[in-house]
Amino acid sequence: MKNNGKVGIVGHGSYIPRNRITIEEIAKVWGADPKSMEKGLMLREKSVPGPDEDVITMSVEAARNAIKRCGINPKDIGAIYIGSESHPYAVKPSGTVVAEAINATPEIHCADFEFACKAGSEGMYVCLEQVRSGSIKYGLAIGADTSQGCPSDALEYSASAGAAAFILGGEKVVAEVLETYAYMTDTPDFWRREHQFYPSHAGRFTGEPAFFKHVNACAKGLLKKSGTKPEDYAFAVFHQPNGKFPQRAGLSLGFTKEQMDTGWLAPTLGNTYSGASPMGLTAILDIAKPGDLIFMVSYGSGAGSDGFVFKITDHIVETQKKTVQTRAMLDGNKKYLSYGEYAKYRGKIKR
Amino acid sequence: MSTPARYWREIPQRYRYEGNKCKETGEIFFPPRLVNPSTKSSNFEKVNLETEGKIITYTVIHVAPAHFRDLVPYAVAIVELNDGVRITSMIADCDPDDLKAGTKVRIEFRKIYEVGDAGIICYGYKCVPT
Amino acid sequence: MRDVAIIGVGMNKWGELWEKSLRDIFVEAALKAIEDAGVDHIDSMYIGNMSSGLFVGQEHIGALMADYLGVTPIPSTRIESACASGGAAVRQAFIEVASGMSDIVLAGGVEKMLDVDGNDATAALATAADQEYEVYNGVTFPGLYAMIARLHMDTYGTTQEQLAAVSVKNHHNGNLNPNAQYQFEVTTEQVLNSIMVCDPLRLLDCSPITDGAAAVIVCPLEMAMNYKNNPAVKIAGIGQASDFLALHHRKDPSWLKVVEIAGMQAYKMAGKEPKDIDVCEVHDCFSIAEICVVEALGFAEKGQGGCMASTGRTAIGGEIPVNTSGGLKSKGHPVGATGVAQVIEIVEQLRGQAGERQVHNARTGMTQNMGGSGASGVCQILEAV
Repeated sequence: MKNNGKVGIVGHGSYIPRNRITIEEIAKVWGADPKSMEKGLMLREKSVPGPDEDVITMSVEAARNAIKRCGINPKDIGAIYIGSESHPYAVKPSGTVVAEAINATPEIHCADFEFACKAGSEGMYVCLEQVRSGSIKYGLAIGADTSQGCPSDALEYSASAGAAAFILGGEKVVAEVLETYAYMTDTPDFWRREHQFYPSHAGRFTGEPAFFKHVNACAKGLLKKSGTKPEDYAFAVFHQPNGKFPQRAGLSLGFTKEQMDTGWLAPTLGNTYSGASPMGLTAILDIAKPGDLIFMVSYGSGAGSDGFVFKITDHIVETQKKTVQTRAMLDGNKKYLSYGEYAKYRGKIKR
Repeated sequence: MSTPARYWREIPQRYRYEGNKCKETGEIFFPPRLVNPSTKSSNFEKVNLETEGKIITYTVIHVAPAHFRDLVPYAVAIVELNDGVRITSMIADCDPDDLKAGTKVRIEFRKIYEVGDAGIICYGYKCVPT
Repeated sequence: MRDVAIIGVGMNKWGELWEKSLRDIFVEAALKAIEDAGVDHIDSMYIGNMSSGLFVGQEHIGALMADYLGVTPIPSTRIESACASGGAAVRQAFIEVASGMSDIVLAGGVEKMLDVDGNDATAALATAADQEYEVYNGVTFPGLYAMIARLHMDTYGTTQEQLAAVSVKNHHNGNLNPNAQYQFEVTTEQVLNSIMVCDPLRLLDCSPITDGAAAVIVCPLEMAMNYKNNPAVKIAGIGQASDFLALHHRKDPSWLKVVEIAGMQAYKMAGKEPKDIDVCEVHDCFSIAEICVVEALGFAEKGQGGCMASTGRTAIGGEIPVNTSGGLKSKGHPVGATGVAQVIEIVEQLRGQAGERQVHNARTGMTQNMGGSGASGVCQILEAV
């Protein structure tokens, strides 16, 4: 039956590994100047998955946090979509493991999504429409990555690990989706071919014709379609491949640093790829107040952006403190790795 | 090479910590048993284990089997969960020097090991200090 | 039930026996036992072996050994009870003779462990623990005993030095045993500075990987008088018990209940108490194991096993000499053979043939053999007749 009421997020959760490596530690190894790297990318450190963490384990933990927040019966979840460019298997779904671990099997639809850094938000997009159509009661959308950057490449300073999970539904909605907008073209700015260990990218071509063009166009389209202006929003969050890009894009669109600050995790988290803007959204949902409007635009190379306008409802309050918050995971209980430990954990040592 | 069947069969225990509870004595068994060793009863119901508990005893393993070699030194403990059930589990994300009997831990979902470069990836429970 | 005696024993030097195969080492030990007994045939045999399948890829070794020992078509059966396989084989032989089913039975044990590398040997030994709920989660065999040690230290104040004293004593005894794998002494400092295997157990707290075999011949006590090569030794008491396989399922992981129960059965059957035992061979696969075993057998109060070796009470000449052979630590630990070799050491002590290791006037001796982290246990009490 078609759902004509409010639809949106009913519960959110995230997971960040405890390991970190500083930009300085990486720069030291490659003879780069740490200060200029930190300034140029607006990054200080990034998360690193432990040797026993991958997209599946982080997705399970994030999903469990989302379920704890809303208290739904996992058997009512009708679909699970995990977006990632680092699914542990080339062939075999990640979603089925997560579905078993949260006790949501067997009446559930599973698919693994891949669209560079946009795969997480597209899971949200698809779940939302399924809930709206009435074909499922709840959908679980996860953006998660254990991104890899080639040693010494610019990507190595940012590629990090984390997962964000959202349960979408039509009951006790905490963040109603008021509008969505998607903007795609074929723009090969970043890719990874089969059997390649590290992704490749097109350098400065990833900037203007890729990230900025799609984020700006999607944001403008979303503002127009929703009939809103930047100043209407309490929070805005953009894809954050580094600290600098989302700030530049947001400011040029008319958003303020204050609006972007809560969801701007990249400086100490790095780029969690499919998790990036979704992780930012979880940090916002952790503290947003009823009535707040949230503006979100993701970006995935290749290339495209998904845009969402959320409106926070009264139900948010009861969910926020039910489990660990994103900022607490980001700022607390950290372990700093040497480059050697990092290289070992990430399988970068040849033997 | 063994088939994944042996791994797959244990999924309810490894992923969801499913045990069983004797309906007569209330004792919880993990993994589930077909017979209660103390009463010989076979009257059970399914339960999910508590996911928090404390360390009873532990060791730090310096010499490990091949598929755990990259983790050394790593801690393994007997953990008593809040429902009284005891399990053997790795203690992840810790400084082994900080562990002691009584340390509070909780279960997290982790990768246990990979079956070579081309085999399945095996998941399960590990504990982390809370 | 008939009384049963041991009339022949056989073993050769244990160690890294590169030139000998599984069948070679078993047949050599068995021939020696047959010769020692002076029997012209055997009616049946049992072979304690933990894992010939994983160590050399050979199962069905009951028939293999009967074949190469030249004793077909007698019944020949492999007995597996992890590291207690040897002790369990002796018990099966005892039962067969006591029952009247057979008269002359060989109980042997064999393990050929060095045909695989250290990794595979470790993995094979770990199959004695719960594969799905212990080993899967990263624990190793030394790791299980390390957790027992940690708990014993936390609960009773047992120290690293007390653990080391067990290894120091057993190496001292093994240095006097021509069949021991390691015939050299170690110092407390060497033990405490050896590499850490599983905290708090260090390399010199652990028994080695060994190739070896051992065999004994048993017959009814009343027939033993016909074989005059050696004084007969009576199996006065025998016990075997089992417990939860996984260490975490035992209420007190630092208490070896299986040893307590098997020991009590043996004491009861023999009409003996701990104070009656003159010499004892115990399963010191790790130093902590000897400490826990001397408690479970009643030689020390619960929790007080730690000081037994460090104060000399378990030394040769002490109040209860333990592991005069060098124990598993120094003599070696070819797992399936260990329980049989323990019996051989006690037989030699009771015969007065233990040379420099001889315990003065030993009349009653005991063996304690254990499988896994304490899920199987066999004890025997032997008496000079």
